Amino acid sequence: MKKIDGIGKELLGKMYCQMEEIRQFELKSAELYQAGELPGFLHPCVGQEAAEVGVISALHQDDFISTTHRGHGHIIAKGASLKNMMAELFAKKDGICGGNGGSMHMMDRSLSIIGANGIVGQGTTLATGAGLACQLNGQGQVAVCFIGDGAQNEGFFHESMNMASIWNLPVIFVVENNQYAESTPQTYHMRPDDVAKRADGYDVKAFVCDGNDLFDVYKKATEAVEICRKGDGPVLMELKTYRWFGHYVGDPAVYRPEGELEMWKSPEKEAFAKFRKKAVESGVFTEEELDAIRDDVTKRVDEAVAFGRASDPLPAEYALQNVYEEELI
Amino acid sequence: MKKITYRDAIREAMQEEMRADEKVIVFGEDVADPFGGSFKVTKGLSTEFGTDRVRNTPISEAVIAGAAVGAAIAGYRPVPEIMYMDFTGCCFDAIVNQAAKIRYMSGGQVQAPITFRTQQGAGRSSAAQHAQSWEAIYAHIPGLKIVIPSTPYDVKGLLKTSIRDNDPVMFIEHKMLYGIKGEVPEEEYTIPLGQAKIVKEGTDVTILAYSRMVQMALDAAKRLEADGISAEVIDLRTIVPLDKETIIKSLKKTERLAIAQEAVERCGFAAELATFAMEEAFDYLDAPIKRIAAKNTPVAFAPALEDFIIPNTDDIYNGVKSMF
Repeated sequence: MKKIDGIGKELLGKMYCQMEEIRQFELKSAELYQAGELPGFLHPCVGQEAAEVGVISALHQDDFISTTHRGHGHIIAKGASLKNMMAELFAKKDGICGGNGGSMHMMDRSLSIIGANGIVGQGTTLATGAGLACQLNGQGQVAVCFIGDGAQNEGFFHESMNMASIWNLPVIFVVENNQYAESTPQTYHMRPDDVAKRADGYDVKAFVCDGNDLFDVYKKATEAVEICRKGDGPVLMELKTYRWFGHYVGDPAVYRPEGELEMWKSPEKEAFAKFRKKAVESGVFTEEELDAIRDDVTKRVDEAVAFGRASDPLPAEYALQNVYEEELI
Repeated sequence: MKKITYRDAIREAMQEEMRADEKVIVFGEDVADPFGGSFKVTKGLSTEFGTDRVRNTPISEAVIAGAAVGAAIAGYRPVPEIMYMDFTGCCFDAIVNQAAKIRYMSGGQVQAPITFRTQQGAGRSSAAQHAQSWEAIYAHIPGLKIVIPSTPYDVKGLLKTSIRDNDPVMFIEHKMLYGIKGEVPEEEYTIPLGQAKIVKEGTDVTILAYSRMVQMALDAAKRLEADGISAEVIDLRTIVPLDKETIIKSLKKTERLAIAQEAVERCGFAAELATFAMEEAFDYLDAPIKRIAAKNTPVAFAPALEDFIIPNTDDIYNGVKSMF
């Protein structure tokens, strides 16, 4: 059986499928949003799929993840239902959080997703706490915290890195460096070129990856997970990637220099083209097989949209539930 | 019954809950032995339960509170200590945007059974950043419960209930109460949240109080008695949930309401209590409601100025007297 970098066809197919799910889910939801069908706002992660799938493929179901306002990709990669996610965006009863969490607060506890988060950087402290739980459980679980380059300038990041380091917590701080903190470029918002350099100050191991190279991310994430499972965490991973959309759907991203997006979209830089080239040249997949995976995802995303649209809206009294365990006080 | 301090009563509650449930964990700044916490409340815990379950943290309130949320979602029952209420400004987000909302945002998938233990209050010239009373700030946030006990008996029974509660609790102690002694049963007991206690019965005026103001209200009531005014003193014990029934019942009898709070007057919890009384007990009231509260200033450092700002027995006595 042919492999690429030691990864067999089944896992490769699953990874590619998840990348397609993320890409197509995001593009479809952006389309629905622009058509006025979805409330709230959306922060698509298009362009960052390989980074997300590469890390999460190295985890078990009982490993925790925390994510961000740009979190659909991580949640899909952890195995969440596209239908329930789409229903959540529609604010409908069958949503993954019952329709009242929305894009920025999606979670699925059964998949050990401890939450997307609307507060930039706060996921680091939550993941540190989940990492503490993993350590106390003593069963080799890890907690992974996804943040962006912008979030690591928050004090939360410093406090979390330090505490995780002194306690050797099994936490992987994954910084998807998508080059922008909202509209502010990384070259402005921090002095070093690499976020990973920060790790030195905490005596924490760090990996820098090409976030658009699924194989590079997966390989280093596997290593990071092993380090944490052995009790030698935490680990910092920096995944260099690029956000194709603006900060949110509707942001024209006027702050981007001309040609920058096109450069990141070129086949040499872009995650899907890189994956497909390697998958086909190595003889593991044919173009047709990959197209079939892609087309199946298109069908399932369409089904998810139909499901979300058809799901029941929330009755007003639902607003009063889940404030406390008992009735509202 | 044995007589123990408020401080020891808190420690006993934590010890009992940690023995009963291995998911109960404690962490915070300087909480482990031999130091045992800035107010010595956690002394002995790390020796009995080990430094895995009772951990010193760096001076990092944001991650103390945030990690409590993460550990709670992952199945633990954290009892983090935030050394001073004033320092919760550094971890406000974890309390109000994470712990308080995670049940709601997740559609009930998860809960945050956290007891944020902290202490507040003036009386030791701790000045403007170590002596504030912020219970109203947290009472404003849906999703939090606010427990604010005044006696060793209450602090033990309510802390045990708070630790077992599946919602986040702001458990607010008072620095001037740690040394007071009171009777506490040998046998195990708990006190439900949301039950006020009538600590002195009376017929002419109801004084609502909590935390350190309870004893002062009792002292004031004694003096009022000599003037022929019979005051009923109610210790609210928890302000969220609020025992409205006990308050209304008392107002039906006394027809007058005074509220004593140590916090600054403006937008304090007394304002909420007064509005509640206007909305739900207006027909029983025979006089305007009286608030006895701190002046609307930061807490002063100079001892005489601190005394001037913070309400005391005299202020409660004079305030109530002015209603007659």
